[in-house]
Amino acid sequence: MSTMHDLIVIGGGINGATTALFAARGGMDVAVIDRGPLCREASGVNAGTLTMQMTRVALIPYALRAHHMWATAREWLGHDVGVVVCDGLSLAFTEQEAELLAFRAGKRREAGAPITLITGQQALQIEPGLSDKALLAGHCRVDGYANAYLTGLAFRTALLDAGVTLTENNPATDILQTSSGFEVVTKQGPLRAKRVVIAGGVWIEEMMGWLGIDLPIKTLVNQLAVTERIPTAMRTVVGIANGLLSLKQYPHGTVVIGGGWQGSGSREGGTCSLLPERLVGNIRLACHAVPALKDARLARAWTGFEAETRDALPAVGPVPGIHNAYVIGSIHSGYTSGPYLAKLLADQILGREPDLPLFPIDRLLKPEPLAQG
Amino acid sequence: MVSPHCHFDVLVLGGGPAGMVSAITASQNGLRVGLIDEQSEAGGQIWRAPWASSPQGYESPEARDGNKMRDRLALSSVTCLFGRRIWSVTDRYRVDLLGADGVETFQAPHLIVALGAHERVIPFPGWTLPGVMGLAAATIMLKAHGLAPPKDWVLAGVGPLLAAVAAGYARKGHPPKAIIDLSGPSDWFAALPSLASRPGLFKQGVGWVLSIVSSRIPIYFRHAIRRAEGQDRISACLIGPVDADGKSIDGPEVGIACDAMMVGNGLVPGGEVPRLLGADQVYRHELGGWIPECDPFGRTSLEHLYAIGDGAGIRGGAVACIAGKLAGLAAAHDAGRIDAGAFAHQSAQALAEHRKLSAFSDAMAHMIRLRPAQVASIEADAVICRCEDVTRQDLVAAARAGARDVNQLKHFTRCGMGPCQGRMCGDVAAEILAQEHRLDRQAVGYWTARPPLRPISLQSMLGRVDYADIPIPKPAPL
Repeated sequence: MSTMHDLIVIGGGINGATTALFAARGGMDVAVIDRGPLCREASGVNAGTLTMQMTRVALIPYALRAHHMWATAREWLGHDVGVVVCDGLSLAFTEQEAELLAFRAGKRREAGAPITLITGQQALQIEPGLSDKALLAGHCRVDGYANAYLTGLAFRTALLDAGVTLTENNPATDILQTSSGFEVVTKQGPLRAKRVVIAGGVWIEEMMGWLGIDLPIKTLVNQLAVTERIPTAMRTVVGIANGLLSLKQYPHGTVVIGGGWQGSGSREGGTCSLLPERLVGNIRLACHAVPALKDARLARAWTGFEAETRDALPAVGPVPGIHNAYVIGSIHSGYTSGPYLAKLLADQILGREPDLPLFPIDRLLKPEPLAQG
Repeated sequence: MVSPHCHFDVLVLGGGPAGMVSAITASQNGLRVGLIDEQSEAGGQIWRAPWASSPQGYESPEARDGNKMRDRLALSSVTCLFGRRIWSVTDRYRVDLLGADGVETFQAPHLIVALGAHERVIPFPGWTLPGVMGLAAATIMLKAHGLAPPKDWVLAGVGPLLAAVAAGYARKGHPPKAIIDLSGPSDWFAALPSLASRPGLFKQGVGWVLSIVSSRIPIYFRHAIRRAEGQDRISACLIGPVDADGKSIDGPEVGIACDAMMVGNGLVPGGEVPRLLGADQVYRHELGGWIPECDPFGRTSLEHLYAIGDGAGIRGGAVACIAGKLAGLAAAHDAGRIDAGAFAHQSAQALAEHRKLSAFSDAMAHMIRLRPAQVASIEADAVICRCEDVTRQDLVAAARAGARDVNQLKHFTRCGMGPCQGRMCGDVAAEILAQEHRLDRQAVGYWTARPPLRPISLQSMLGRVDYADIPIPKPAPL
């Protein structure tokens, strides 16, 4: 019979890997399984933006702490993930957008994000690459980006150093509840543990089903694009008021263009496809914000899944009614906040009081159907 | 969104031999065909048309065959959509192009992909110096532009293209200073019997040999480039002996001063479109690498998607023509334009010809196959991914850090993330990864295909647009 671990984490993205890392450092015997290599789904293919200006208001306190974690990743993760901390600008080009921006920036500021409103001209002084057409901008000094594709290598090294048992390319197919805990059925055989964390990204709905829990998760198919290396065109993270653009130039010169324009595809099929006209739309927006991008060439475009709960707030906490089972996922704009929420969950699993409350999923579950008649 | 042009039954991607013949065949059998190519004329690489402004025409059997087929195409009802770059292929089957007038979209229920191959260069230190170019690129220079290389140039690599380029330039009065052939005379003799099955090509081959011999070009058999040297461009190269598997062996190294080098180690099938669409793939070492799984008519695992020509396995121009005929007939049959009897009758002869040619195409493909031992001999500091400056030792370090498939390797190192999308380095990088883990090539996989299929400028995608016209979806929740 296989070893009895203290904890099995199903899903080795940012959320699962960070939970596993802190649980292991807290003294637990931890195993991580992933159906593919670590951080190869949403965690490895997203735009890497670490911003307050696209974060849900309720998540701002978490995002601020998480931003600090990203900025100090070398210290706690032990490996560079290409984090650059820089100013962020959210632009408004029309009166309507200016109104939206002022309202949203105000709400985020109330929640603690250091966002100030500046004129288009002031924004131009901060970011000379900008279009002169912006009427108003939200300016935030706590912004930046990570290099998403480096996370797999970084977490792999960190988890192995922390003594975590790592099984990549090993899909889980079921979770059985036993007298001593859980048995996770995987392609390579059963694994046993006292506790289990479900961290399977857009696939947590199916995994929660193994425990008899109905947690509906919506799948977004985000489109992204990157240019060839170009001379320095910008030094800040640039977005627009409604959140549908994210733009930044990496130190090696490529510019990543994102903003959540939707492609097509489903998590069941596992494949997704870009919608060319949406890619064109996203690029038009990017070139409108930073005109120098017109001279760049598009090198590559791709899609990645993002998971969303019914209220677009995270699912992080214990699984109701099942002792020692936990879930983490659907953290809206989760790249920024993910590591901090995962650390909080690890604290809870380790029996410590988390510094900020989690986002338990009870609110998202359907009430028990009333007895008939 | 601009609505796509939907007036075709079939779109053919690629105007080389396979694409031209399939387009003509499909149109003769009642299909409305659009033939798409990036060049301004059909021909692909082997039948590449000379540029109108090039100094002098390049006379060869291929040029004559190409002209003949271009004439047939002109007389057919095929709509030629040339001078357009294919950047996206999605759904069943939507093709987005970039032409002189910006972005255009076409859609058709059948898609024939005949996008050919790209060349394989086995890296050595210095192969990224200006003045070093690919062998296939050298043939384009010769056929399309009639350009002469600098005076002191060397030719290196493997296979029939080596002889063709040497002879082609020798006849124009620009013989290479030396030929460095990975194969030995015994490899060439081994291919002779199969060559004899193609009298026309045999004669052409004899012609190449005579040109080379009469030019007294020194030939270094069973040798490979060890490295290229130079400050701002190549000024010399060092060559050394290899064994029958292409592995570097001890023996005298020879330095050759040169201003240019043309080097090529065979061809890799350009299978990005079937991959992008999710067609089943199979690794076939003898056919150049990963190819879509196809039946004898080029039908892939996806309904109404056909893959033919060198992009579906390296078999050369003659086989590509037959494959084009078969796929054109299959498309007509699958679209209900010809019945099963007519399909069987018309394809029988092509299938027989296909079988007759296979001895020759197999022998040629064998000559230009990837030599794993040659890859194993690549030096640690040689750049493998020239777009992103990733060396062999970077790849080995990533493999040791846990990268086990090529997409993970790409994330760990940026290998293949540059503008060539891994076309130049992919085959060699995968081979290095497989060797490092003692896995076969199937196990390390292939790079996910991504649009754009070739880089395109952002400006060209914009069109004339006002900010108010950009469709902006509903804002995310606050």
